[in-house]
Amino acid sequence: MTVCIIGASMTDFGRRDAWIRELLAEAGSDCLDRAGVSPKAVDHLLVSNMASGEFEGQTGIMNALAHDLGVPPAYAQRIDQTSASGGAGVYAAWQSIASGASEMTLLVGGEKMTHRNTSAATDVIASITHPVEYKHGLTLPSFAGLAARLYLDTYDAPRESLARVAVKNHANGIDNPHAQFRKEITVEEAMESPVVADPLRLYDFCPITDGSAALLFCSEDVAREYADEYVDIAGVAGATDTHVVHERTDPTTMAAVAEGGARAYERSGYGPEDVDVAELHDMFTILEFLQLEGLGFAETGRAWETTENGRTERDGALPVNTSGGLKSKGHPLGASGVAQVYELVEQLLGKAGARQVDAEVGLACNVGGFGNCVTMTIVEPGGRR
Amino acid sequence: MTNGPARLKAARCPDGHYHHPPHPRCPDCGAKPTERIDLSDREAVIVTWTTVTATPPGVRKPNHLAIVEFDLGDRGDADGTDDEGDGDPGNGDDADGANGGGAEDDSENGTVRAIGGLTTDDAAIGDRVRPVYVERLREPEAGIREPDSQEWDGYRFEPI
Ligand SMILES: [Zn+2]
Repeated sequence: MTVCIIGASMTDFGRRDAWIRELLAEAGSDCLDRAGVSPKAVDHLLVSNMASGEFEGQTGIMNALAHDLGVPPAYAQRIDQTSASGGAGVYAAWQSIASGASEMTLLVGGEKMTHRNTSAATDVIASITHPVEYKHGLTLPSFAGLAARLYLDTYDAPRESLARVAVKNHANGIDNPHAQFRKEITVEEAMESPVVADPLRLYDFCPITDGSAALLFCSEDVAREYADEYVDIAGVAGATDTHVVHERTDPTTMAAVAEGGARAYERSGYGPEDVDVAELHDMFTILEFLQLEGLGFAETGRAWETTENGRTERDGALPVNTSGGLKSKGHPLGASGVAQVYELVEQLLGKAGARQVDAEVGLACNVGGFGNCVTMTIVEPGGRR
Repeated sequence: MTNGPARLKAARCPDGHYHHPPHPRCPDCGAKPTERIDLSDREAVIVTWTTVTATPPGVRKPNHLAIVEFDLGDRGDADGTDDEGDGDPGNGDDADGANGGGAEDDSENGTVRAIGGLTTDDAAIGDRVRPVYVERLREPEAGIREPDSQEWDGYRFEPI
């Protein structure tokens, strides 16, 4: 069965006064309105969120949102796959429709983070680590520093090539009205920003963000009742890598990205050469390189050249992170994977405004941990399958 | 700064795969590990390293960190069964079970990696290091992790 997306929304990302319940309700309600679907038509409500209990002391948010949106007695479930929770939600939503268990599934992803300072928020995220990592103070940014040093050393890549990822994604974010940062930065500014995890600097990292995004899923028959234009899920898949990061043979390759990508390509019938636009999980600039390579968009050790050549810019052969990416749009953990697909829906339906590129096939790669768990979604305009 | 109680251990499965930290099942082949190898008196080589200036609560600042690799040759000197895992409560009992005694000589990869702090930022990829015991690596009460749920001592690595 072909699973379709007939509605998509996202809130403004950034520092918000709203708390998690309000953020989720804002995106969920807006998504239903945009699709013209009544809350009473929703069979399954999925909520992608990593840590509302740890950040806010609010648990059970799927039930809270179900009540706030008026969807009971619909089935409701929260999905935590750390920062890949959003992509995991897309996968679960696809399963719910494809299996026939639900006729209409609303997925809402969100996170409320900015009330915590950087140190405390980093610690919440670092709680995913193994005890042998946590006791040494390992954080996600420190894994990025370890991988980046090895990558630059192994492939003789210039440090500036990482800065170019940040510059590109900031340039894209200027045209995204929902992005946290809508300002241009230069390679020089990025190279002179404070060191965070040597050789990576402040501008190599995404910010801490509040926000929410939502998608509405149904079968093709149901989609035709509600919408003239919609998006099909061509393939969705996921994979895991080691939990303990140092146990990987090569810290500069992302095995779960490669495996999840291969599965999604196989299910969709598309390959990397067919993808016209991609949203990659640029929580750190180095991750955009590693995903470009893992997904077959660049040869191993060559993503830095692909980036420097301009191939991934908005007017390049493969625009990457037209939304601004996590880097400039922001990264409210549970929302990010949902917001990636929101951007692809906007692009495929020609609604991306100044960010619009010419695209028929879009791919989103959502990464949890430092590649510990990955989900991949490939979408295309509706009615083709 | 001598060897302490939190020993740096690798697990070896019957097929010769080494892992640190030990897991209940071998991540490579799924077998139950049958041997423990002490890494704390061995030298290692820096695979990669970083200095972190934005550290979480209770962690030293700056925090120098490295992934290091131990070369165990064809086979490390097994300590036999040992119930003292490294920072992995409930996972230390790798007694010889159904898979015991199946040691093979085709261990394809006699290396194992570990992660930890560096004693200095005067380091480079490929440098040789030795483990140095530290009683308290970070302040257990300051972070989000339940203090009683894990160990807080262990080894940092000192360039030789
Ligand atoms: Zn094994």
